[in-house]
Amino acid sequence: MTLIELQRDMQAWLARDDAAAARRIGTDAAPGLRVYQNNYRAQLVACLEDSFARTRDWIGEEAFHQAVVAHVERVPPSSWTLDAYPRDFPATLALLYPDDPEVAELGWIECALGEAFVGPDAPALAADGLGEIDWDRAVLHFTPTLDLGPLSTNVAAIWTALAAGEMPPAVELLPEPGAILVWRQDQVSRFRAIDQIEQQALLAARAGLSFANLCEAIVAAHGQEDGIARAGQLLGQWLADGVITDVEERPLSR
Amino acid sequence: MIAPFAGYGLGLRKPHYAEFLDHRIAVDFVEVISENFMVDGGRPRALLREMRSLYPVALHGVSMSIGSADGLDRAYLARLRALVDEIEPLFVSDHLSWTRIEGFSSHDLLPLPYTSEALDLVCVNIDRAQDVLGRAMLIENPSTYIDFAPAEMSEWQFLDAMCARTGCGLLLDVNNVFVSATNHGFDAIAYLEGVPHDRVRQVHLAGHSQGKELLIDTHDQPVPASVWGLYARVMPLLGPVATMIERDDDIPPLADLLAEVSVARRIGGRTMRRAA
Repeated sequence: MTLIELQRDMQAWLARDDAAAARRIGTDAAPGLRVYQNNYRAQLVACLEDSFARTRDWIGEEAFHQAVVAHVERVPPSSWTLDAYPRDFPATLALLYPDDPEVAELGWIECALGEAFVGPDAPALAADGLGEIDWDRAVLHFTPTLDLGPLSTNVAAIWTALAAGEMPPAVELLPEPGAILVWRQDQVSRFRAIDQIEQQALLAARAGLSFANLCEAIVAAHGQEDGIARAGQLLGQWLADGVITDVEERPLSR
Repeated sequence: MIAPFAGYGLGLRKPHYAEFLDHRIAVDFVEVISENFMVDGGRPRALLREMRSLYPVALHGVSMSIGSADGLDRAYLARLRALVDEIEPLFVSDHLSWTRIEGFSSHDLLPLPYTSEALDLVCVNIDRAQDVLGRAMLIENPSTYIDFAPAEMSEWQFLDAMCARTGCGLLLDVNNVFVSATNHGFDAIAYLEGVPHDRVRQVHLAGHSQGKELLIDTHDQPVPASVWGLYARVMPLLGPVATMIERDDDIPPLADLLAEVSVARRIGGRTMRRAA
């Protein structure tokens, strides 16, 4: 048996419990193969348990364990870092809980908070340095840890209650879907639920739309008075959250 | 250039971070798991920088997969190089094992057969890693639970040839020698006498647990008398070599681990006096 054949057989044994592969490695190897398989599974289980504590609190120990077992069977790890293994777990939760969207949304929040925790460093822009900005030419730059996830329920309130050790509220579907905004401020991962207006504004601004054009779009959708007020409120909120890292003044193009 | 003797250290683990930052702990160096800090940014990387300003740091990896038949992961090596450049570690080490093959990553240190095919492959991979890192690595002898028979050479002969061909150093884990010797029925003393002593740059000391069928390298116990005995036996053969206590589970108060560091220092100190 060549080295690559041996390694393929070990993989088949670990990931798929392939008995034929185990026999090819050798009958004398059976006790050792059991140790390696146990180590393999225990690592992945511990990784998911550490990463999804609130999800486990929400669906219960037994259901969570079943979800973890299903995920370990469905998704073998592929990255050199265990930090990457939680990424696909919300998709497994969505498959297992198609009628309970808050479960996958809860998983997504936990996963995104973990990713933001070790994301690239990018100091937030201080609000007091903005007096000289020509807002007609301003383009906002956002922290690379910013991420947006789907939101159809009151999962933010559920997460907050679970984190505080309090009784979580019952699940409620939102009147209209929004998004969960996740980012890291200094060294702390944060999130908040946002509505569609803010979601669209963030997506457009992150794609490079100038702040002036962003204001115009919001005014077009919500009227002069409400639109300007909302654009100002969003800018203030983003600065307070620390999601803006730079304001670039680009030459006027019109 | 391979780093010189660096004293007696401890594997740095999360429950002890605050003590290491708030007080000057009596260790000569700390060792961290490289992968925990091969991140883009945030608290882990900032903490390591802070720690590095207070203590010499050794980087110990678990995911290089030096025995992968399909070669090394370029992105992994690039990240490790960036960490090495930033931290300027005492040592950069990983294991004589494999974790990854064809896009699958086991996150466990899997054993290699001691064949000339595996030796050729491991040497090519070490050469490549050392080229990317711009420095010599230390490779640690593994604890194993499968003995691929018939082997073409013993593990220590494999290590000897590997060091000679690549110029890498050895991280000799005395507990791993004891665990593998017990599991596979070879003579631990013969192993310790057989490894290339002049290549050993660092020693690990740890504990193990009895599994249902095999001895398991759990790092969740104090260093047992059997391992201290082997350490005392091998140190006169090695001369002054950086030594550290490795504890990964059921982590006790820092004082307990520092007491073990003191024992290592006493045993190692005897060796140094003899050498002088």
